[in-house]
Amino acid sequence: MKNILPIVTIVLALIVIWYGAAFKMNSTWTYDQAARAGTEVTFSDLLSDTMQQSRPLLPAPHQIASELWNTTVEKKITSKRSMVYQGMITLKTTLLGFVFGIVIGVALATVIVLSRVGRLTLMPWAIISQTIPIVALAPIIVVLSNAVGTGTLMVPKAIIAAYLSFYPVLVSMVKGLTSPDQMQLDLLRTYGARQSDVFWKLRLPSSMPYFFASLKVAVAASFVGAVVAELSTSAISGLGARMLIGSQFGEPMIMWAALFAAAILAGLLIFLVGSFEKAARHLMGGRAL
Amino acid sequence: MKKPVIDAQNVDLTFQTNDGPVHALKNVNLEINKGDFVSFIGPSGCGKTTFLRCIAGLETPTGGRLTVNGMTPEEARKSRAYGYVFQAAGLYPWRTIRGNIQLPLEIMGFPKSEWKGHIDRVLDLVDLRGFGKKFPWQLSGGMQQRASIARALAFDADILLMDEPFGALDEIVRDKLNEELLKLWAATQKTIGFVTHSIPEAVYLSTKIVVMSPRPGRITDVIESTLPPDRPLDIRDSEEFIKIAHRVREGLRAGHDA
Repeated sequence: MKNILPIVTIVLALIVIWYGAAFKMNSTWTYDQAARAGTEVTFSDLLSDTMQQSRPLLPAPHQIASELWNTTVEKKITSKRSMVYQGMITLKTTLLGFVFGIVIGVALATVIVLSRVGRLTLMPWAIISQTIPIVALAPIIVVLSNAVGTGTLMVPKAIIAAYLSFYPVLVSMVKGLTSPDQMQLDLLRTYGARQSDVFWKLRLPSSMPYFFASLKVAVAASFVGAVVAELSTSAISGLGARMLIGSQFGEPMIMWAALFAAAILAGLLIFLVGSFEKAARHLMGGRAL
Repeated sequence: MKKPVIDAQNVDLTFQTNDGPVHALKNVNLEINKGDFVSFIGPSGCGKTTFLRCIAGLETPTGGRLTVNGMTPEEARKSRAYGYVFQAAGLYPWRTIRGNIQLPLEIMGFPKSEWKGHIDRVLDLVDLRGFGKKFPWQLSGGMQQRASIARALAFDADILLMDEPFGALDEIVRDKLNEELLKLWAATQKTIGFVTHSIPEAVYLSTKIVVMSPRPGRITDVIESTLPPDRPLDIRDSEEFIKIAHRVREGLRAGHDA
């Protein structure tokens, strides 16, 4: 609880700066309107107008908050205008991509650690894969999965999310699976342990702390992947698509509300993964942190 | 005459490195009989740990003959001839103490129904009854090392190989564990190979002290202890003890000068 004070302080400072910036940036429009109408603008007019334009350059925090409220609580969640509806779509993509990413990352790491050939052939490609801009790759993935006939956009979007999220899992798992030291391996040799015992009883459990640490990074990467996929696959639903629509149709409120909904959702995901990590650590005999 | 449990004849081990061959062991001859407590003592690089690892089949000698229970070390390892204790306890942090002791039983394929009996027996031996459900981090360093000894005893091998098991512990804990180790040895009649660089520890524990020296790693002296089997801690102040310790020191010095 003692962490709350610094967080609140920073948030308050940001809000103050935000209001200042909104006032300054939106005032241009107010002045223009006044000049066209030939009227004078008093300071109080200016203040009230910059805080409630319908299409401001920079919406004030309370406008975003109320837009968020309207599009989450007040709208039916079946409505296409509901952020909950859109968020669920992004969440589904994220989770599907996250699961794909974990499976692919763990599988590749296992092959890399257990076989020399795997190490020499797979690792460089895994690294190269991350140097390709996902935005460039996204349309190709969509076209290819359409050609294969996956039907909806869900699969290609999840593939894009997985493309970003497998990498942190892979790197951490390689590190984790190779973390047992020579002494630990020698001990198992003295028992005449088989390779499968070494893997299941030593390497895999040893890698778990690395695995859990990577999950937080991976879920964030998967989320970014899902949003980018929605932005770049001409999707019409999902938070990413809402952001794009907001910007293309000159609806800054929608754009900002979608952005904040995305931030809140990402925060929730990371919190959930963090709680899962804590529980798992406890189950594996870890010290309480 | 009975055959020795561990029999080394002209054992050589040469490592090929980038800087040329390193003679880790040269011409090592040693017989260890059933029930012996043998300490290997010497400065770093004298090959004492390497020799222990050879006995365990973790290294393979490049020359000579080495048998354990009449078999090659490799075969002996596969027939679970020995338990090995390392300098670090190396307990799995994700397993309880019982879980850790159970590890060799799982790997060696002991029937599940026997696990509890084995674990209870060795927990008693190392005086850790009641700590089975604890996780390693909840135990002190000395207790963790006792647990690792219990793990090495769990599958009832006749030989116990210990590589500086108390090297990382402070002197008071070390004294206590030495005393307990002697009791354990008396109770179980195991053959123990024990690597150390502490002279008092070697003299206090052993029936046979093997003094080694480096470059190339070799045996310079083998001392049969004349101390009685029953050894209270204050035996270390006796004349006999000091005499043996002196001879060990001489052996170490001779090796150093050569």
